[in-house]
Amino acid sequence: MMNEILRAKNVFSGYTDLNILEGVSIEVEREEIVSIIGPNGAGKSTLLKTIFGLLETRKGKIYLRNEEISNLKPNEIVKKGMGYVPQSKNIFPSLTVEENLEMGSYIDESGFEESKQEVLSIFPDLKDKVSAKTGDLSGGQQQMVAMGRALILDPDVILLDEPSAGLSPELVNVVFEKIKEINKAGMSILVVEQNARKILKVCDRGYVLEMGENRLKGTGKELLNNKKVEELYLGG
Amino acid sequence: MLQLILNGLITGSIIALGAIGLSMIYDILGLVNFAHGDFMTFGGYLTFFISLTFLRPISFIPLTYDLLLSAILAIIGVGLFSILLDKIIWKKLRKKGAGTVTLLITAIGIALALRNGIVFIWGSGTISLGIPISQAIEIFGLKITFFEIISILVAITLMLLLDFLLKNTKIGKAMRALSDNQSLASITGINVDKIISYTWFLGGAYAATGGILYGLITSFRPDMGWILLLPIFAAVILGSIGNVYGAMVGGLIIGLAQETSLVFIGSRYKIAVSFLLLIIVLLVKPEGIFGGK
Repeated sequence: MMNEILRAKNVFSGYTDLNILEGVSIEVEREEIVSIIGPNGAGKSTLLKTIFGLLETRKGKIYLRNEEISNLKPNEIVKKGMGYVPQSKNIFPSLTVEENLEMGSYIDESGFEESKQEVLSIFPDLKDKVSAKTGDLSGGQQQMVAMGRALILDPDVILLDEPSAGLSPELVNVVFEKIKEINKAGMSILVVEQNARKILKVCDRGYVLEMGENRLKGTGKELLNNKKVEELYLGG
Repeated sequence: MLQLILNGLITGSIIALGAIGLSMIYDILGLVNFAHGDFMTFGGYLTFFISLTFLRPISFIPLTYDLLLSAILAIIGVGLFSILLDKIIWKKLRKKGAGTVTLLITAIGIALALRNGIVFIWGSGTISLGIPISQAIEIFGLKITFFEIISILVAITLMLLLDFLLKNTKIGKAMRALSDNQSLASITGINVDKIISYTWFLGGAYAATGGILYGLITSFRPDMGWILLLPIFAAVILGSIGNVYGAMVGGLIIGLAQETSLVFIGSRYKIAVSFLLLIIVLLVKPEGIFGGK
């Protein structure tokens, strides 16, 4: 596929000897938002961690721009142009907002000031907080710092693990708006989300995982209108 | 009393140098390094070895430069030795997910091996660097020797340097990031192994500096670091374990408390003041006076 940027093919992975992922395959094209939904324990976060090299790919292959990245270390994957925002503990609380963003540019400091300004233009709420200790910010602001940190190197693709987790409904809307904004700037996004209805409205395509396997896939609209998805994940 | 306060500042400066390294290593690796005091001793003995074996035979090097050069080489040497130990022991234990008890026993083992290695090579008595005894000078009625002045100045400079490093350099900020969240640090592209090595180097180097200074103002003995370990632990816990700035302040408080206690108790009991402070802190404010990072 010409436009394909990220592909996981028949991936097996897990935390203990048991596999959580049992042959999952996904594709993300350039400038696409792709969502992964499914019940708890389906392997959604495990998939992101495996793609990003935090868990071993036991079987299968992962490609970024047709280059195999299976089992590379996270810092090597960052260098290749991928960012990752974990679901929790995704900031350095004792560092200031600016220092958090600096850590995002650790492997390449050139152009940091420019990138910082771009990130602050996406998240204007952070503009007057750059010197504040990140641990003292609200949950929503911390999530923005986490996303900003992952954006600072202008990656081609960014993995978001439940970006709306623990946020108030109002802040959830803000975060989803930001996801759209980041995507419009040309970034591909692979997002795992519990709030299935909201993410399916925003994404171009989606995958449904169940018990570590692919169950369904389609455009956001198709999945939103799918009876089974509606019954299982959208509250009937 | 002012003289005791001055003495307290001198002792406190050295305790603080040891406490900084111990706290940094605990902060980033969760390791209580019982060998830290022996790193201090090793720094002193390495200075002795370099000076007497390599530099003293070169007659044109003045004694002051000889000492300075030997000390710098010894400090670098202990820093590199700390990295080496990490690579051959600690890193492997981390990868195997070793528990606290395993790490603790390993640290005690390294401490014993290092101390007995020193005794084996240089003997169990005190060693002399062959420096003429420096007369105390009097400033505003307070007596202080040349090496005591150097100890305070070096300790203050190194504390300021560390503060600068942690707040203003890429490596320092990465160290703070690692202390916050090692897994996230790795995700952002920070080379975690490299930063751990820098931390070991700094911890070892600061310990060696403390050991050399302590030896210069007292004497070099194989158990000097071991004796200092208790006040160092007290300083680290008092200043909130894992807090480098707390370790600096904790060191100074312990030093001051030990020396000023001489008004009430005999000098042989002053080490007990560290014990007492440690117990009081653990009972009243177990998280230390800085209460975290």
